[in-house]
Amino acid sequence: MVASKYMPLDGANAVSQAMRQINPDVVAAYPITPQTAVVQNFSQYVADGIVNTEFIPVESEHAAMSACIGASAAGARVMTATAANGLALMWEMLYIASGMRLPIVLTVVNRALSSPLNIHCDHSDAMGARDSGWLQFYAESGQEAYDNTIKSLKIAERKDLLLPVMSCQDGFITGHGVERVGLLPDEVVQEFVGSYDPEFYLLDTDHPVTMGAWDFTDYYFEHKRQQTEAMNNAMPIILDVCEEYERLSERPQPILDCYGMDDAEYALVVLSSTAGTARSVARRMRAQGVKVGVLKPRLYRPFPAEQIVDCIKNCKAVGVLDRAISFGAPQGMGPLYTDITAGLFNSGVSGLPIVNYIYGLGGRDTTPPMIESAFADLKIIADTGDRGDMVRYLGLRD
Amino acid sequence: MTTKHKVPRLDLPWEEVAPGGVVTAVGNSETYVTGTWRTMRPIRDAEQCTQCLVCWIMCPDSAITVKDGKVDVYDYVHCKGCGICAERCPVNIRQPHSFTGKLGKVIQMVPESEFEDYTW
Repeated sequence: MVASKYMPLDGANAVSQAMRQINPDVVAAYPITPQTAVVQNFSQYVADGIVNTEFIPVESEHAAMSACIGASAAGARVMTATAANGLALMWEMLYIASGMRLPIVLTVVNRALSSPLNIHCDHSDAMGARDSGWLQFYAESGQEAYDNTIKSLKIAERKDLLLPVMSCQDGFITGHGVERVGLLPDEVVQEFVGSYDPEFYLLDTDHPVTMGAWDFTDYYFEHKRQQTEAMNNAMPIILDVCEEYERLSERPQPILDCYGMDDAEYALVVLSSTAGTARSVARRMRAQGVKVGVLKPRLYRPFPAEQIVDCIKNCKAVGVLDRAISFGAPQGMGPLYTDITAGLFNSGVSGLPIVNYIYGLGGRDTTPPMIESAFADLKIIADTGDRGDMVRYLGLRD
Repeated sequence: MTTKHKVPRLDLPWEEVAPGGVVTAVGNSETYVTGTWRTMRPIRDAEQCTQCLVCWIMCPDSAITVKDGKVDVYDYVHCKGCGICAERCPVNIRQPHSFTGKLGKVIQMVPESEFEDYTW
């Protein structure tokens, strides 16, 4: 176990500190609120000679990811950051990064996708990229964001994985919120991530290779099958790295954060910072004898279906909070609800009343009374046996 | 066809394909036979050729070879029959073409159906 040094840092700074300690070979990035501080702070480290990183200020996020892909293919350890429309602008490149099996780490400071233009937190950006072949972690706090950044790199670079990782945190709420964040010593982080030794890289002039080449109709399918296999087998790798980091930092690194889930009758499943609000409400309700629980997955891709189902299957009613709408999905349900209900159905668990709450879009504040109302709904659903509306809204004016 | 590369299998199961589609055998595209894509084959009348080398310059597949400053052989393993060589050949022949018997250019496009086998 290594002692961490605690500092007041906002989520963005927590990530730029992690990046400083990792000292990647290349960072190519373009600013966008609420990510800007991540790369801006890092660029100061570059200017001050604290890191050796080759910093490429590019003309757009599409260019940023393109440059990252080029650098990574060349053999460099690459990191970058973006948010919302910036992530959307690099959409085609996300698929190229994962298809080329490049271990790039991208910090996404979750922000609502336009239109209408909104710079505040929701998960529509990263959720829109959930099929792109990138792993996705969601951090509730600056501490988790710091820890996730370091773990993400080690996970991505594992030779038996080689997939890029999106490390998410809530825009403004976490990104701009100052908290007590514990940093491991620089040399400990350096040792944990080790050096990046790719098997194939373009600057290997002794063993020249071609990357990102053409696939005809007779090969594309096989390459994609191999890619999905890598993602499907990522869990043991993730657990391995989490375990190692947990031993090092003495901070728990679970893939699911469970509060009261051992005997919860009514549970809410929620990603990222709103889990904190939900937990504070749950604590109060528990003190009054109501058996409530809050489940916060820290990992979203690959989706920990088995673990989530195992956690919620004995509840009387469950509410899944989604900070994004999947437009056109049945009744406009959100992505987390889609994945959980699919997981439940496929595990053979039946008869569990489960509803979806769309919440917090465009940075809409989610307050304790709203969480209380959700728990109250779940009790009514469990007592009456009537699930009622499948998709509901928390904090919406109607 | 001679090549220093082992001709890769075109029927690998998914477990055996290279991750990310990385190609480790440098320059092995020459093992990929594109000659079968042809519907028309360029045939050159060697006697009437002025050796201007425009066809060699223009061929997008580098399928026309030159030896000692003269047009040598056409690589029909890779020639896709695009017809650029025939189109760009500047020579209007005086005698009928040695293969087609027609007037026109030194290089003329002949339907593949007129050939029994791929000869290379």
